[in-house]
Amino acid sequence: MPYDCVLMVKQVPDTTNVTADAMRKDGTVNRGALPAIFNPEDKYALEAALEVRDRHGGSVTAISMGPPKAADILRECLYRGVDRAILLTDRRAAASDTLATSYILAQAVKTIGRFDIVFAGRQAIDGDTAQVGPQCAQKLGVTQITYLEELVSIEDRTIRIRRNFGDGWEIVEAELPVLVTVMNTANRPRPAAARKIMRFKRARVEMEVASEVSAAMKSASADERADQVARRVDTLREGGLLIEQWDLDTIGADLSRCGLAGSPTKVYKVQSIVLTKEGYTEVPPTEEATRQMIRELIVDHTLG
Amino acid sequence: MIEINRQGEVWVYAEQQDGELQEVVLELCGKARELANTLGVAAGAVLPGASLQGLPERLIAHGMDRVYVVQDDRLGFYQTGPYSRAVGALIEKHLPQIVLYGATPLGRDLAPRVGSEMRAGMTADCTDLEIKDVMDSRAKETHEKLLLQIRPAFGGNIIATIVNYDMWPQMATVREGVMPMVEPDSSRPGEIIEEHVELPDELFAVRLIERHVEARTVNLKGARVIAAGGGGVGSRQKFRLIHELAGAIGGAVGASRAAVDNGYIGKEHQIGQTGTTVRPALYIAAGISGAVQHRAGMEEAAKIIAINTDPEAPIFSVAHYGIVGDLDKVIPMLIRAVKERR
Repeated sequence: MPYDCVLMVKQVPDTTNVTADAMRKDGTVNRGALPAIFNPEDKYALEAALEVRDRHGGSVTAISMGPPKAADILRECLYRGVDRAILLTDRRAAASDTLATSYILAQAVKTIGRFDIVFAGRQAIDGDTAQVGPQCAQKLGVTQITYLEELVSIEDRTIRIRRNFGDGWEIVEAELPVLVTVMNTANRPRPAAARKIMRFKRARVEMEVASEVSAAMKSASADERADQVARRVDTLREGGLLIEQWDLDTIGADLSRCGLAGSPTKVYKVQSIVLTKEGYTEVPPTEEATRQMIRELIVDHTLG
Repeated sequence: MIEINRQGEVWVYAEQQDGELQEVVLELCGKARELANTLGVAAGAVLPGASLQGLPERLIAHGMDRVYVVQDDRLGFYQTGPYSRAVGALIEKHLPQIVLYGATPLGRDLAPRVGSEMRAGMTADCTDLEIKDVMDSRAKETHEKLLLQIRPAFGGNIIATIVNYDMWPQMATVREGVMPMVEPDSSRPGEIIEEHVELPDELFAVRLIERHVEARTVNLKGARVIAAGGGGVGSRQKFRLIHELAGAIGGAVGASRAAVDNGYIGKEHQIGQTGTTVRPALYIAAGISGAVQHRAGMEEAAKIIAINTDPEAPIFSVAHYGIVGDLDKVIPMLIRAVKERR
């Protein structure tokens, strides 16, 4: 029996390699200075979805929410064999917290239509919250199974999963549709296929086409550029190389539930804890000096 | 979301498994008690499960004024649907202003589902919580006595303080081991309230086929703070000091290869090129000379404290704080200093 899978993926700044270069003078992180990468655990979700399709038939639709640049990871998905890729990009979605993000993603999944399994990575390395998966499941009204370590079987619309619940593992069963979040122990993600790279490296979303056209036709009028964009988009579509570009209107989103307005949690203050190491503070081995050091570590929230 | 209720209680979700409370729940009871005192309101715990004998009394001894019990034989093993319904229904009934959950794997499964159901805020993995008046600079409005939800973000490179003005309750998951557990007092008075929540069968959508409970493996990768010992510790017995330090700071125990090779501790604690690579917020290296193989596994820590008798030890080259001295004396000082501050 074939199954239709939706895969949620995120492009993230590579927070595992934050160096002093990525820090601004005021101590905040300059996201732009960090390489943007495929969120690591989402690669395992991608593999899990592809394995279901390869074994049972059906389809995999990858969706990502982010700036036009996030089309990079959708191309990575196409190189590995997803059937359809959608970029949800809209400035009005900026500053969404996990609740607003999950609302937008759930609306997008509903817009895709029928699905049997939604796959997502357990968490993204920029926020490490692991909240968007469960929140999306709630908004979609489906059963959630977090921390997938092995997709044991799917038979007659019953999925059986081994999950790691922290104090051990358990095998559980549920009827489709479900949303699962995948751990990095679940499988070995396949490499990109050379033939697919050759084919899909030219895949674009419309916004990318527009900026390429603007760069190439600096002296042309706005109308000429628009014509050129339309022509290129048509060509890409005919060749199956157009990555669909959606915005909040496409998915019929209630704007009061998106972006800052739809986000209950607000960032009140941000403090950098990355240090440039230039020598160290010498602490004499005395009660008073160690007490002072611990005080400093508590004040800067290094110690809870 | 619920209406803003400034008389609302401060709640703890009392996660239990097979009738045993998670340790983080007791840690949260201490914090909830403190927050409730600051706000001048009561503290409560919400306790769903199947066999809960003795648990309400423990929660009261750890600082709860009220324990809301949802006993149902079908709640024997945790699953998201009925547990989130039970917690959500009680929130809607009693309108707490704050709800705290342990950031255990299952707490992180439940909390966002509840938050989404209520369309309320949820902040993940807090390491500190405070009550403070907050000025909303956009609306030019001061919100009194909000919960500051402090958490590391961006791979631990920044500390963010999150607030929730009006989409209440203010809810957060809290890291295990970061809040000090207060001494229980079995003479504390408290009220046990039996609650009935309608849990239709279709909420029980997940069937358990098989379960293996294992002792938790050492989670060095996920640890925010690590106390590590090396060959300089001297013996397996004296390595106890490293465990005690880790306990005091709420961290994990790490080791250099020398300590593992000398049999002071198991290989699963080894940090370095051949062990685990870590990047915690704080790394305390005691009696570790700091061979390049070890440094490769820990030098990305946000802060490093090095303790060594040899002022020339290479570990000092990556340290932020260096203590030249005998770890037998320095570590007890550190432990005392940490405990005093809590």
